[in-house]
Amino acid sequence: MKLSRKFVSDYIDLDESLTINEIAEAMTSVGNEYDSAEKLINCTNLTVGHVLECVDHPDSDHLHVCKVDVGSEVLNIVCGAPNVRKGLKVIVALAGAKLPGGEIKRGVIRGVESNGMLCSKAELGLDSKFLTEEDKAGIHELPEDTEIGSDPIVALGLDDEVIDFELTSNRGDLLSIMGMAYELGAIYKKPVKEVDLSYTENTDDINNSFKVDVQTEDCPLFLGKMVKNVTIKESPEFIKNRLMASGIRPINNVVDISNYVMLETGQPLHYYDADRLGDTLVVRHANDGEKLVTLDSQERELSSEDIVIANKTDAVGLAGVMGGLSTEVEMDTKNILIEAAIFNNVMIRKTSKKILRSEASNRFEKGLDPKRTYLAIERSCHLLEKYADAEVVGGMSVYDKTDKADKKISVSIEKINKVLGIEIPEETCVSILKDLGFEVSSNNGLLDVVVPTRRLDVNIPEDLIEEVGRIYGMDNIKGKLPVLNVVTGSYDKTKREIKNKMVAMGLNETCSYTLIPKEEVHKFTTDSFEEIYLADPMSEDRNTLRYSLLYSLKEIYLYNKARNNTNISIFEVGKGFYKEDGIYKEDLKLAGLMTGDYYLDINNSKVDFYTVKGVVEELLEYLGFGGRYSFVVGGISDEFHPGQSASIILQGKPVGVIGKLHPNVLKDNVYVFEINLDKLLSNYPSKMSYKDIPKFPSISKDIAFILKKDVTAGEVMATIKKAGGKLLQSISVFDVYTGENVGEDEKSIAFKLNFLDPTRTLTDEEVMNVFNTIITKVESTHNAKLRDK
Amino acid sequence: MNMEEVKSSLISDLEKVTDLKELNDLKVEYLGKKGKITELNQMIKDVPNEEKKEFGQKVNEIRTMFNDIYEEKRQAFEAAILNEKLAKEAIDITLPSKKVKRGSKHPMTRITEQFEDLFVSMGYTVYEGPEIESDENCFQKLNLPKGHPARDAQDTFYLKDEYENFLLRSQTSTAQVRVMEENTEKGPIRVVCPGKVYRRDEDATHSHQFMQIEGLVIDENVSMADLKGTLELFCKKILGEKTNVRFRPSFFPFTEPSVEVDVTCFKCGGKGCPLCKQTGWIEVLGAGMVHPNVLEMSGYDSTKYQGFAFGTGMDRFAMFKYGIPDIRTIYGNDIRFIEQFDKKDGE
Repeated sequence: MKLSRKFVSDYIDLDESLTINEIAEAMTSVGNEYDSAEKLINCTNLTVGHVLECVDHPDSDHLHVCKVDVGSEVLNIVCGAPNVRKGLKVIVALAGAKLPGGEIKRGVIRGVESNGMLCSKAELGLDSKFLTEEDKAGIHELPEDTEIGSDPIVALGLDDEVIDFELTSNRGDLLSIMGMAYELGAIYKKPVKEVDLSYTENTDDINNSFKVDVQTEDCPLFLGKMVKNVTIKESPEFIKNRLMASGIRPINNVVDISNYVMLETGQPLHYYDADRLGDTLVVRHANDGEKLVTLDSQERELSSEDIVIANKTDAVGLAGVMGGLSTEVEMDTKNILIEAAIFNNVMIRKTSKKILRSEASNRFEKGLDPKRTYLAIERSCHLLEKYADAEVVGGMSVYDKTDKADKKISVSIEKINKVLGIEIPEETCVSILKDLGFEVSSNNGLLDVVVPTRRLDVNIPEDLIEEVGRIYGMDNIKGKLPVLNVVTGSYDKTKREIKNKMVAMGLNETCSYTLIPKEEVHKFTTDSFEEIYLADPMSEDRNTLRYSLLYSLKEIYLYNKARNNTNISIFEVGKGFYKEDGIYKEDLKLAGLMTGDYYLDINNSKVDFYTVKGVVEELLEYLGFGGRYSFVVGGISDEFHPGQSASIILQGKPVGVIGKLHPNVLKDNVYVFEINLDKLLSNYPSKMSYKDIPKFPSISKDIAFILKKDVTAGEVMATIKKAGGKLLQSISVFDVYTGENVGEDEKSIAFKLNFLDPTRTLTDEEVMNVFNTIITKVESTHNAKLRDK
Repeated sequence: MNMEEVKSSLISDLEKVTDLKELNDLKVEYLGKKGKITELNQMIKDVPNEEKKEFGQKVNEIRTMFNDIYEEKRQAFEAAILNEKLAKEAIDITLPSKKVKRGSKHPMTRITEQFEDLFVSMGYTVYEGPEIESDENCFQKLNLPKGHPARDAQDTFYLKDEYENFLLRSQTSTAQVRVMEENTEKGPIRVVCPGKVYRRDEDATHSHQFMQIEGLVIDENVSMADLKGTLELFCKKILGEKTNVRFRPSFFPFTEPSVEVDVTCFKCGGKGCPLCKQTGWIEVLGAGMVHPNVLEMSGYDSTKYQGFAFGTGMDRFAMFKYGIPDIRTIYGNDIRFIEQFDKKDGE
């Protein structure tokens, strides 16, 4: 909402010493934020000049050399405008003048001295949408009686200042000059002036010749008023200037008045050419597929969710948004039907969102005061009579289902101060509410308040508390710390510890987008689930909620690879989404991706499957799942290398996947893992507890077997463990060999076995017995051979 | 050789040795089976009985003398050998170390944890609600019925299903509703709710996915003044002790009264700069007293309880704190960006 200072000054006397910035800041401090506050025309060093002489430039076919009287002196000025001629009163930018296009300097133009510039309206920085062809073609011609040496901005009536407000959506009442006047009145303690509604009516009655038929509940108020024999012409300067200051393009006096009244009252109006309209107006829902050409010459296709105004045959306007082209007021228009109505704001919002946002729809959406609807009709009649020679027809078509009763709300001073946390005296509360135009009677600390109907946003005691608080100054509330019971705070420690652990292992945390392309959602998993799409995505790339985080990590890898960042160890903790039995679900997941260098030594060792496996194991051990998990081949999607991947199993149930990405997905050696943390953490981690430190020495033995290549270390270790019995404390692999010393289809695996009895010192003989049992068992079970030393 | 000759020759011999081998050879020459001192010792049998004792003592003196000098020399030679070995083992200490790779925590995680720690220290519980929400929880129960114009400020992603009644939450305020609903005793509440939110919006300062934190305190006597005190403490701790807080009245459907909260411009310290549009203030939070409708809709008695709520975008705090100019950098995951957050932060 653009507020013209001149416009609002019709309704309230603001101190002239107040700067526009001070007014804007004062409004902001009561909750009405502004975007900009400045002069309508931002130029310096302009004056009115009189062209005394105008001859062709000796060295140009379009320039003129002028002698211009600016009062204090006569200046030589070179001007290129086609319309410059002797005798004109013109706008002169003197040397040093700052215009939106730059600074004017003395100079020599093709050999002729020039001491300023003669200006067009465009050069003053007026928005091009407000300029006529004439304005754009040449310099502006001021009226002959304009005083030489005076300020041309004043002469043009453009000496206005404008504040552009960014209003909150509850303050629809401020989308009007009158509303702004009340707000400023409360700030500066000034009364708001009466609006002139006087006009005379003829003796006819509109209801004799015109009928309004409201067929929908979504139009609680519809008023029609007829005026006749208007003269269509240009508006007076003050109307045009105020429209421009408010951002609206002047068209002709009648159209301008409809806009002018909307700006004044906040009530959007529509003026129909009554002769093109016919004798009936119907308010109804559009038919699905019904078409209407709006004022901007666009054909709009409508649905039953839109409200239209129609005559007997066709829609002639889209209610609350824009009128129709067929009944537009044109140069030959004589008779006018004025419409002022209120429509269901939610429906107008839907329609305008779909079709077009307009000054009108913006006001309808926020709700309107029915009293203003009547007032707008009367104000229209006053101005049309005065500036368009209109003859106002008696009577009014009225369809009115609105409640215009005053709202009464009570609030206690105690409650006001309890909510705000300060002590505002009763008389201050009362005077603030009165300054806002509320009626207040106080009774033993209880305020009974009558709220004007224009304040649609004030309905409950808390709204009154806000009114008191914002005018008193929210910032005048002194902060204190709440006195509350002592309680302990808490947060999800495990999630944080998981992140800390991953960081400690050298991985970098990423934070990627939840939304991914539809075709990617079922990848990196063999789970079957119902995926979730957006109803109205911003793009095809982001139309589906991810289930696995691995697509995102893969994309991050590709992004970085394209920038030559090839050593990557990343992880992310985030949600995976799916639908189950019609219910939306989200699981917390941890995913990681590793490739390139991880060990930062000069041996150049690269990440491989075992690196990633180590990271996952380290995390699981740290979280207290040691001895309860395993890596099992299978259960892996096509995005993984079939020979270098596994499911992560915890107590018999899959909780994640690990492996190398399939070359069809990425040709590079990239390893990933993903763990469903919700599933994982539903298992309780083991409690930490002390175990006795062994008092007796352990004995360790190394052993190596030659095995067929397809026998896994895991299988052999299981056999050893079983054969080793209680004395065998631990097994580890310390070497794997393939090559010329073993058969082509064979490998050798060396194990280190550790034996211990916590109650006594073991003898060599005992250990050898167990050791031999192990050898026999492995040889027979796995068709293995003991390897020579 | 007589005793004096042995004595003087051993001194000059020992002085001449240049390495451990010569030293050991000398030991054989003097103390070996046919060594010079061994021979002197054998001469004792030819000495008259009354002189035997004195002779023996003198031979021992010579032996001790030899051994002392020998030992001194041996240690010197061995030390020299060791030093030579160590010198050979010298390495280029400027070569790169065998590093353990250092990971990094994403700046949004860092900010979240910082916020959480501060509020937890004030007795708040961190509550993370779901990211998929119902229209009811995200809007209706926050006093934003369908068609409310304030919904426009948050262009929301609805999920595609029969009813289009579910959405990706566009504000963490939705967690307020969950906390109040889940509190079966309908008693006091003190929570903060950090998390991801989503809106159909994307440019240099807006990402369609970003992070907010919401705070909610409900009790019998909490007021705007308590809200201001809490936010003053919060802003000072997060943005620095010199930060001031300013309340400006505003409008949010779920609070009444509502305020926008400005803080001293973090760039210019309040003097005025392009970032704060010369005002010295930056708007960082929205807040207010919980609207009685919101309390009632979640089962709270609004005549007994009142509360305050506040919410803010954490991305802006991260952008300020680390000087990140474009929000898209935060979610770009360029490894050269995220690797920068790999150390303890200077407070």
